[in-house]
Amino acid sequence: MASTEIARQAGEGVRAVPLAGHVGFDSMPDQLVNKSVNRGFCFNILCVGETGLGKSTLMDTLFNTKFEGEPTQHNQPGVTLKSNTYELQESNVRLKLTVVNTVGFGDQINKEDSYKSIVEFIDAQFEAYLQEELKIKRTLHSYHDTRIHACLYFIAPTGHSLKSLDLVTMKKLDSKVNIIPIVAKSDAIAKSELAKFKIKITSELVSNGVQIYQFPTDDESVAEINSTMNSHLPFAVVGSTEEVKIGNKMVKARQYPWGTVQVENENHCDFVKLREMLIRVNMEDLREQTHTRHYELYRRCKLEEMGFKDTDPDSKPFSLQETYEAKRNEFMGELQKKEEEMRQMFVQRVKEKEAELKEAEKELHEKFDRLKKLHQDEKKKLEDKKKSLDDEVNTFKQKKTAAELLQNQAQQAGGSTTLKRDKERKNFF
Amino acid sequence: LTDAIPHHPNPQGKGEKSHGGDFSYVGIDAILEQMRRKAMKQGFELNLMVVGQSGLGKSTLMNTLFKSKVSRNKSVQSNPEERIPKTVEIKSISHDIEEKGVRMKLTVIDTPGFGDQINNENCWQPIMKFINDQYEAYLQEEININRKKRIPDSRVHCCIYFIPPTGHCLRPLDVEFMRRLSKVVNIVPVIAKADTLTLEERDSFKQTIREELRANGIDVYPQKEFDEDAEDRMINDKIREMIPFAVVGSDQEYQVNGKRLLGRKTKWGTIEVENIAHCEFAYLRDLLIRTHMQNIKDITGSIHYETYRVRRLNESNGHVISQTSDHMAVQPKANGQLEEQPGALQANGVAAQHEALSHEM
Repeated sequence: MASTEIARQAGEGVRAVPLAGHVGFDSMPDQLVNKSVNRGFCFNILCVGETGLGKSTLMDTLFNTKFEGEPTQHNQPGVTLKSNTYELQESNVRLKLTVVNTVGFGDQINKEDSYKSIVEFIDAQFEAYLQEELKIKRTLHSYHDTRIHACLYFIAPTGHSLKSLDLVTMKKLDSKVNIIPIVAKSDAIAKSELAKFKIKITSELVSNGVQIYQFPTDDESVAEINSTMNSHLPFAVVGSTEEVKIGNKMVKARQYPWGTVQVENENHCDFVKLREMLIRVNMEDLREQTHTRHYELYRRCKLEEMGFKDTDPDSKPFSLQETYEAKRNEFMGELQKKEEEMRQMFVQRVKEKEAELKEAEKELHEKFDRLKKLHQDEKKKLEDKKKSLDDEVNTFKQKKTAAELLQNQAQQAGGSTTLKRDKERKNFF
Repeated sequence: LTDAIPHHPNPQGKGEKSHGGDFSYVGIDAILEQMRRKAMKQGFELNLMVVGQSGLGKSTLMNTLFKSKVSRNKSVQSNPEERIPKTVEIKSISHDIEEKGVRMKLTVIDTPGFGDQINNENCWQPIMKFINDQYEAYLQEEININRKKRIPDSRVHCCIYFIPPTGHCLRPLDVEFMRRLSKVVNIVPVIAKADTLTLEERDSFKQTIREELRANGIDVYPQKEFDEDAEDRMINDKIREMIPFAVVGSDQEYQVNGKRLLGRKTKWGTIEVENIAHCEFAYLRDLLIRTHMQNIKDITGSIHYETYRVRRLNESNGHVISQTSDHMAVQPKANGQLEEQPGALQANGVAAQHEALSHEM
């Protein structure tokens, strides 16, 4: 019988060896990229900002298309998140782009809970991924990733400072998503004020400990451009899908009586910078950060909350299994409890209804009794009356008989006078 | 879903970062470059296992494939007693290699002692155990709460099985091994030292092998069920018609027609390793390295590993079940017909329902 002996050449470590010729694994990045192209890409952007800051227009401008939807009303009772997915294609790259909009953000009188639905939404996407990852039979490679890769935070162009709603919201979101703050509708601010505005915003973010997304500077090929761009945050953008003729070209612009703001003119606004950073340079990094940092944090917290622990190496898969079982039993127990509660409630309701009905019945009985009594009284009264009437009739009859008898006696004894008297009497009766 | 395709008619605007002209170019395809950059920075890992009897040229072939000494040649060992181990050993050596900026950590896993004993029963067990151990290690890390950003991948991506060039048919050991292992790892069978076969003998040998593989239900790489689309199938069908590749390895260079080529020099001529008229080394190299390397790793990760994971997570009780998932009572028969009885670790019905993607244990 063969037995095992596993010997790892630990002493050698991992040496670098030179190659004597062309092997061909330099095609690996191409093989990897081709595989990804076949699979297609996913990118999910969340736009947070008050209604009317031009979020939809900016998305249209960024991706050069007209996404569907009409401008939202300002009378939403709470903040809801509306998500739309689009399939875009450029050369051989297919992108499944999901744009999530915060509808009604900042419109309420009491905005204390505004951030909650946003946080819940982001967490729900993480949860969905986590569920898929924890499944026993899973298909991660074909899973449609809905986790938010970038959050564009639209700051109103007041020119002064961040609103407290902005600070609170960004603070709640910075550990869950890559935040890229942008100044919306920045053509409302003069250039000189804009610089001050940006500085104020940045310092407020720093002093409040809000972690916004930093474009990565560890890769030499993009370190320079990324670090330059980092200093331009927040980007002051203008969005427009309207085209205006400037010189002999058609450009995307907003036309005013005093001039035209060209969207893709870097002197006019930072739109080009935003597009460069968000799409052309760092899209992959945004996706990676979401997966390796934000998602891992969520996963860690969630698992710890659910009661999983990293125990000793021997029992890891089993603790997972056992905790699964325990959780499942707990859940079933809760389910049963809820069922019981519902049953109890139902029984209770039935009892109450019965009691009500009994009450009603009792009332009816009482009424019936009353009526019966009334009827009996009436009947008795009538009988009494009848009796008295009978008595009267009897008395009358007796008197009549007595009178007749007297009359007969008188007739026999007397004569006509009695008759007269009788006649009178008779007439009288 | 709405189809929204960017429109392309207009010329460049002022102040725009030029991208070769198109005004309405969004730049989504720049993600390919971003991915390439990331891949170059991270580097790649590849773990190859070589299995075969002693003397079939395994180490030489590895060194020829990677044009460097990635595998220790046993023939240079000084101590003759050490030459054939008494048991099947698993020896793993890693090297960092780099080509045109692409860095790769290559691990060659050698299995000295396989098939060398008089009684070779169950000599595949240590190998199965090793492969499953790597899956286990990956799984452990994956289900950690605090887990590494990049889980180190020590899973065996491909197992190259060396068939001795007898010219007749597969031996029972070959069939046994490949039957079991093809369920947990990608197997690429090769005919070793093919310079002892003429072209006709080679072709007939290959045909016999292919038939025997088919008859025994052995699915070697590229597996038919994992072809992704018609194009894939076309390419892979061509490969499937050629396997097993008849290879010759060499780390010696000779002068042939004014060029320095890798080859084996004999009295009757020089065999050029990279000449496809002489042997099929180039096809093997292309398959393993230049075209299908990523695919091999993907199948390992998304199919073999997932199968292992399903089985592992379905184990309900908390006792360590032996990793040798080899509880089948099988009597290998010479005619290649085998009865299989499911072992204690058969994946439950749930796994079996996952059409085309799960293997039954």
